[in-house]
Amino acid sequence: MSPDLADQTPNGASAGGALLEMSGIVKIFPGVRALDGVDLDVVSGEVHCLLGQNGAGKSTLIKVLSGAHHPDEGTIRWNGEHVRLTNPTAAMRLGIAAIYQELDLVNDLTVAQNISLGHEPTRAGFDRRHAERERAAALLLRLGHPEIQPNSVVGNLPAAGKQIVSMARALSRDVKLMIMDEPSAVLDQGEVARLFQVIRDLTDNGVAVIYISHRLEEIRAIGDRVTVLKDGRTVATGLPAKTTPTADVIRLMTGRSIEYVFPDRSRDSFVGEPMLDVVGISRSREFEDISFRVHPGEVVGLAGLVGSGRSEILETVYGARRTESGSVLVDGKALHAGSVSSAVTAGVGLCPEERKSQALLLDQTVSNNVTLASLRKFAVGPFLNRHKEDAAARQQIEALDVRPGDPQRDARTLSGGNQQKVVLARWLLTGCRVLLLDEPTRGVDVGARSELYALIRELANSGVAVLLVSSEVPEVLGLSDRVLVIRDGRIVHDGPAQEIDESDVLGLVMEGSPR
Amino acid sequence: MSESVVAVETPGPPPVGPDDSAPSTSRLRRIFRGSVGRNLGLILALVILIIVGVVTGGERFASIENTLTILRLGSVIGVVSIGMTFVIIGGGIDLSVGANVALASVWATTVATQTLGRDVHWIVMVGCALIVATCVGLINGLMIAYGKIAPFIATLAMLAAARGLAEIIADRKTQIITVQGFLDTFSGDVLGVPVLVIIFAVVAVIGWILLNRTTFGRRTFAVGGNAEAARLSGIRVQRHTLWLYALLGTTCGIAAVMIMARTTTGSSTHGMLYELDAIAAVVIGGTLLTGGRGTIVGTVIGVLIFTMLSNIFTLNNLSISAQAIAKGVIIVVAVLLQQRIADRSRAVT
Repeated sequence: MSPDLADQTPNGASAGGALLEMSGIVKIFPGVRALDGVDLDVVSGEVHCLLGQNGAGKSTLIKVLSGAHHPDEGTIRWNGEHVRLTNPTAAMRLGIAAIYQELDLVNDLTVAQNISLGHEPTRAGFDRRHAERERAAALLLRLGHPEIQPNSVVGNLPAAGKQIVSMARALSRDVKLMIMDEPSAVLDQGEVARLFQVIRDLTDNGVAVIYISHRLEEIRAIGDRVTVLKDGRTVATGLPAKTTPTADVIRLMTGRSIEYVFPDRSRDSFVGEPMLDVVGISRSREFEDISFRVHPGEVVGLAGLVGSGRSEILETVYGARRTESGSVLVDGKALHAGSVSSAVTAGVGLCPEERKSQALLLDQTVSNNVTLASLRKFAVGPFLNRHKEDAAARQQIEALDVRPGDPQRDARTLSGGNQQKVVLARWLLTGCRVLLLDEPTRGVDVGARSELYALIRELANSGVAVLLVSSEVPEVLGLSDRVLVIRDGRIVHDGPAQEIDESDVLGLVMEGSPR
Repeated sequence: MSESVVAVETPGPPPVGPDDSAPSTSRLRRIFRGSVGRNLGLILALVILIIVGVVTGGERFASIENTLTILRLGSVIGVVSIGMTFVIIGGGIDLSVGANVALASVWATTVATQTLGRDVHWIVMVGCALIVATCVGLINGLMIAYGKIAPFIATLAMLAAARGLAEIIADRKTQIITVQGFLDTFSGDVLGVPVLVIIFAVVAVIGWILLNRTTFGRRTFAVGGNAEAARLSGIRVQRHTLWLYALLGTTCGIAAVMIMARTTTGSSTHGMLYELDAIAAVVIGGTLLTGGRGTIVGTVIGVLIFTMLSNIFTLNNLSISAQAIAKGVIIVVAVLLQQRIADRSRAVT
């Protein structure tokens, strides 16, 4: 580490010494060295970014830090003293808190109750509910979100609000090191900007932040230093976040020196009969009078902020929500409103936003996950022909290059990118004609992204009509043939992707006009 | 395969262990993953029980006759437990099975003794029991799948209502079955094996095939494991749930026929606490109460453990109360053992 960086930190106590020093951390799971010599040092008041592809060991490292896993080798020093993080409570006592990608809040409790969970202010065994609410309100104010009511139920908050509650909970325990695992994945642009303000405020008060993200531009914006992990090892540490060239970072992460590229578009215009024809669908308070068409081979992207109605539109097209007016036609035939099985029978497939909770059977094999939507194909009467089923699953796994390529492995054990491929494989196997993709690359690393992009384009070229929703504007622009911009539940722009650029789209979603 | 992964330097587990030992570990893993591995704890418990039985009971325990007694005693609750396995894997629970058995038995005997008199063919009684019990299951399924009532509550209500209806129909009297054809058919032996045991075996085999070899079974796992994912994959989750409860109802009907044959009566007190015995057998058989995982083989062994335990206690002249305590201990020990082994076989991956 560079000493001058440590000197710049506002917290004088740790100047010259790191808050956290990890060296030579090894964690072995049966058959896998998940961590194989990780070195990491974090000083108070900095935002230390952790980069690495899925499977590089970031999650395991976080679990070691939060006391959930015990390292097999290596040492951890906290303020210069040797410590053993034997359990999550020990880590919490030191002041280490992790904000997880899948937020760990109790949905049925209120904001204040969640924030105080585990250390409720009590008097003679009774909850001091007033004190609890006041503490919550103070913390939310400190985080710059006074609009979140301590009394509202957490389950009713949007993802961004839940994240703030999680952070407030960490702060309520006098946190000194906050670990944020892809906090921006569930946020839109404006919310990310506010989150960065909050992070800056924390670091100004001497809190150290370990920030994990797949988005390089965020690391440039918020990070101080970068540590890169690859195959469970630290390959570079203490890189300046602002000035290290992108090409270098990507090369360190992948061993390749390419950025992800979008595949070429096959055609300029699509004419003739549409495969998917959406005619004036509406749902009150979600979206209104939405009409568009997707032709075979065409990729149409929906851009918009979280909460603009884009995901709801996708789910309504799929029948997972019932439209209140209008209709959805596939290949000229109207779908039964509000019926998923009618959509699936007509050849529509959905890769939902929440892979784990909405798409996968985590405790079942990859093979069972792949064949779930096309069991009828392998049925002889009521009986499953398991040889045929296994062969088909294996073929899809090979075609999409799912790794590891073992169909009998539990879906839980795969990385995010490979889980997404499993969901794609499920729909490919049904021979679907319309594919709906909701955030297809969320939590997917840079290398696997390019693969997914190529795969999606390949699918389109084979005649599938693709409808895509993504929070990442470059992704929508790069992958789509045509872009629809959604704002407040209405289509405010509909045109070819080449004729619009990122700042136009941002202008449209945020202000309703291009720039 | 693994060599090419190394060559292109893609991220993933470093090529230490898996490469050289891959074939043998995967075969081992498959065995551990199969029914043998998952039920290892149960088989162990069963073996221990057999040893205890032989040591304490000697000849009286280790005879063909006693073995058939154990099987005959376990057959009725066994059939219900097979149906219960499906419902629990599918993410539900049914507390009304005992009441359902009672209702089906009195309805069938009432048809035979009062409405139609002595001339009734036994098949009418069987049909009546099956139809009544299946309808009770269907009503449960409708309440749960379409009425969105929590399974625990809906079937608790059915437990009370079905038992009450059974008492009204039977007028609180035990009805003796006089249809000779019925008793001849179900109380007899085939080649020395009691018909009841054969029925249990057939139901278990059909249950195994249905769960492991059909689309219905695969969908049951999907609905119980992740209902939302199943729904978004085009599976009609509500309809499937309905069929699961109807199926359990049918097995209750079969159990009603069997208990009528064993006791030669129909009574509103039949099937008392069957719900607890069936759920206990399913759970110690390794089926997750939260759904998504479970086996028929485990359930059958669970039933055998329970009946063998009762048998050993009876042979040694120990009280019913002592039996109950032992049952409680067995449930906890078996589940603990199951969890340990499940954790270990999962850690292999």
